[in-house]
Amino acid sequence: MKVIAVVAALVLALLFQTTLAGISFRGGTLVNFVLIAVVYVALSFGAVTGLLAGAAGGLVQDAIAGGVVGIGGLSKTIVGFFVGVVGAHFIVSQPATRFVMFVGGTVVHELCFQSLYNLLEGRAPHFAWGTLFTQAAVNGLIGILAFQIVEGAPGLMQRRETRRATFGRRRF
Amino acid sequence: MLDIRKRTGWIFLIVMVAQVLLVSAQVQTRSGVPVVEAVSFGAFAKVQGVTSSAVRGVRDVWSNYAELQGARDENQSLKQRLAELEIRLQEQRALAARTTRLQELLTLQQTTELPTVAADVIGGNPNAIAGIREITISRGTADGVQPGMAVMAPRGIVGRVIGQPASRASRVQLLIDRDAAAGALTERSRVGGMAVGMDRDPPVGMELVANLQDIKPGDLVVTSGVDGIFPKGYAIGWVETAQRGPGLYLNISVRPAVDFNSLEEVLVILVPPRPALSEAEIKAGPEGRK
Repeated sequence: MKVIAVVAALVLALLFQTTLAGISFRGGTLVNFVLIAVVYVALSFGAVTGLLAGAAGGLVQDAIAGGVVGIGGLSKTIVGFFVGVVGAHFIVSQPATRFVMFVGGTVVHELCFQSLYNLLEGRAPHFAWGTLFTQAAVNGLIGILAFQIVEGAPGLMQRRETRRATFGRRRF
Repeated sequence: MLDIRKRTGWIFLIVMVAQVLLVSAQVQTRSGVPVVEAVSFGAFAKVQGVTSSAVRGVRDVWSNYAELQGARDENQSLKQRLAELEIRLQEQRALAARTTRLQELLTLQQTTELPTVAADVIGGNPNAIAGIREITISRGTADGVQPGMAVMAPRGIVGRVIGQPASRASRVQLLIDRDAAAGALTERSRVGGMAVGMDRDPPVGMELVANLQDIKPGDLVVTSGVDGIFPKGYAIGWVETAQRGPGLYLNISVRPAVDFNSLEEVLVILVPPRPALSEAEIKAGPEGRK
């Protein structure tokens, strides 16, 4: 069940990433759905699952996006591992702490990703901090929303079923 | 069953390494060589270098050890060889010194017109008993040696044969013996006197020289020939001090020309002693003695 959930999350994220690739904020800040999925998986299932999901999702994303395959995987593996480790040691069930985890994961991912690319291309590292934090905030918000949807969906369905049953027994 | 969650660190490491290799395989260095190849080659070269250094180090240590052992044996051998050569060198030095002495003796023998015979010092210690200084030489009656004959060394007179010589050995009373004496005169001022052995340093004195005579330190004292034993004109020594004495005569000390402590070869003058000249004969001179 866990594997199915993880694979589903990654596939969904990749679908979103490819189909909604044109969505950007502040002129170029792309939402990284795969990264959101990795953080989500790491928070939900732990470090091992997080790092494996990061590796798999990152590699597929790299392969789809073109360029050097492995840089995104490497960055997302790191994020998945450390988010999983932190999630196992701290209570991260509140939206605020989850938001912090998403923001932190995004920052770490971008730092690793950009650093590796700069390293391979032999350039001095340069970070657009404003864009980075905007992306991190957007990822955090989408991540919290994802958590709310996934965690709230079963209750919502149950309440709807209950309401239907109640309406059926009423006599007007 | 293996629980992979307990191997989180290892899994993380494996996944990371795998992806690093994957990235490296796609990236090339500036020289065009793939990074993974360059890194693996570099790492292998480093391992090879370390291995090679270790092997070389061990080999060097072993070879040094082996060479050290060889050096120790060689050192022992060289030490032994050095000792042998030192002994041989001493022998050669002794031989050279003996040759020099014999050469001097031969020169003396050739220059003197008197019949002589060379002899080795075979015994005796000039310093054995204070005042009594004798040696034994390797010539005796079989060689024509007779009592009272003069004994010389290349540098000067040594003494005279005393006692009855054996056929192959003789006793010689040195000039520094307290009972020895020889007629003497100074070469510069021709002042006559008597050289006698003494128990002091220097061990020879010159007596019977009047206070008014012209004697100076450094004057060469030679035999005068008046004693009938020592031929005239052979060196006795050099005046070291000449001081006015309490009586009529000077106190003169003479440093012997011969080193009596290192006598090894001597020359015996095969001329029997004649009676000492009388006062009248001395005054008459050579013409009067005829």
